[in-house]
Amino acid sequence: MAGKQSQAQRMLTPVGGDPLTRRILLAVVLVVSAFFLLAPLVLIFASALSQGLDVFLKNLTEPATVYAIWLTLLTALVVVPINILFGLAAAWTVTKFDFPGRTLLIALIELPYSISPIVAGVAYLFVYGTQGLLGPVIEQLGIKIMFALPAIFLASLFVTAPFVARELIPLMQVQGTDEEEAAVTLGASGLATFIRVTLPNVKWAVVYGAILCNARVMGEFGAVSVVSGNIRGVTTTLPLQIELLFHDYNVVGAFTASTVLAGVALLTILLKVVLERFGGDEVGSGPRLH
Amino acid sequence: MSARRKSVIPGFGLALGTTVLYLGVIVLLPLCALIIKATDVGVAQFWMILTAPRTLAAIRVTATMALAATAFNAVYGLLLAWVLARYRFPGKRLLDALVDIPFALPTAVAGLALTALFAKNGWFGAPLDAFGMSVAYTPLGIAIAMAFTSIPFVVRTVQPVIEDLGTDVEEASRSLGASDWQIVRKVIFPSIFPAFLAGCSLAFARCLGEFGAVIFIAGNQPMRTEIVALLAFIRLEEYNYGAAAAIACVMLAMAFAMLIVTNLIQVWHLRYLGRGD
Repeated sequence: MAGKQSQAQRMLTPVGGDPLTRRILLAVVLVVSAFFLLAPLVLIFASALSQGLDVFLKNLTEPATVYAIWLTLLTALVVVPINILFGLAAAWTVTKFDFPGRTLLIALIELPYSISPIVAGVAYLFVYGTQGLLGPVIEQLGIKIMFALPAIFLASLFVTAPFVARELIPLMQVQGTDEEEAAVTLGASGLATFIRVTLPNVKWAVVYGAILCNARVMGEFGAVSVVSGNIRGVTTTLPLQIELLFHDYNVVGAFTASTVLAGVALLTILLKVVLERFGGDEVGSGPRLH
Repeated sequence: MSARRKSVIPGFGLALGTTVLYLGVIVLLPLCALIIKATDVGVAQFWMILTAPRTLAAIRVTATMALAATAFNAVYGLLLAWVLARYRFPGKRLLDALVDIPFALPTAVAGLALTALFAKNGWFGAPLDAFGMSVAYTPLGIAIAMAFTSIPFVVRTVQPVIEDLGTDVEEASRSLGASDWQIVRKVIFPSIFPAFLAGCSLAFARCLGEFGAVIFIAGNQPMRTEIVALLAFIRLEEYNYGAAAAIACVMLAMAFAMLIVTNLIQVWHLRYLGRGD
């Protein structure tokens, strides 16, 4: 009788479900995660506040840091809206229409995601730099792109181009074209169809993509450090300012500036959790490869 | 023009035009410029740049440490995905959110934090130093930074597959008398293997291109702890544009190779799931 019961229990226990295995696996994962994922985050805030709140606030309101925060915000303000529009256009193109070269276009949209930011930065230099493809033309026109704000915007556009599109494409693929076709058949114009049918169906995915895009724009380091020329007080975005402070041996200052970006990261994760509940299937619905 | 016949939805031209124009200006133009610049160098010179001892050392360090980081993430990521998908425990939501930290935290910030953690006087560096182990400013530090920035790839690729994995096959094999280990080996692992492989290759690709997190902790000594991305950056700062272009081109080629590998695995994975086309 007892033997039969334990046999039945064993049948019901999924693999790795017995208490010992469970405890060991959980302990290993939790300990490694605490050391590996949580500790860096805790250290940032602990180091920034290690000399007290006064020093923290003084470091945070340092003019160079304030400027870097402003420049980072400005970059996000320029880049995120453009990439939202691009993401919508790109997703609309590849999910609502079938045309030759569609797969290639999807691959192209995803491309920046797999390219090292350093490569992106170097590539931009060979377009707009004095030695670059368009360098002479730009010089004649008297515009400054390289080692100035436009280069920072362009490099940031490159590295975050796929973010919104990547959230939208799997979702819109699942949704299909039935609703749009119905709207058009009933006489709605293309724009009206887009605004009143498509957009409401994907709004949370757009928001989610924009949040991810924003986090990446604000934190981009490699590509921006190549194209910005690292001119102090002119092209120093927040990640570059952190590096400058660190190399000036102002470690507490560097960690203070880092708390701003760590705060953005925490907010991003929090919004992700909220959106996943709120937006339901819309957020992260597609195959989560990537 | 067959597209227009198939779809009654208007706006194809505008949407396609916008997408192609944007991709052309923002993505393709710079990449073409890079390749043109690299071809300017000439084959002999290109070969010389690539086979220079410093370049070879940088490629070797980058590739081996990326492999080491991916190996660590393969084990830890798989366990993490398993625990998140199969177990219920207090703080599970927190752990799940924690997995996204490496993606949300800027790489420069992550690099700075990891350097401080593993420096000789750091929280982890000091006890490790007592055992005569140093991490910061050694190749091991590079591997740790790479592992940190790429761990979500493995977890987020494998986790949904484990969640979707029904328990019916598992129960069937159990009723036929299979042991836990047999079930893991013959039922569970084969079903998650394609996703696992895809996650690992994404993680590896990310490791190869990582810059911000690595350069803080690496110490950046030529021939020893210098990564390829940094070497490209240094050549630019030396105004050696040809060498920078050549090295960047090699990185681009590596990225393309990894992209193809990952896509092949994903196609296989989708077919495996029975929803491929």
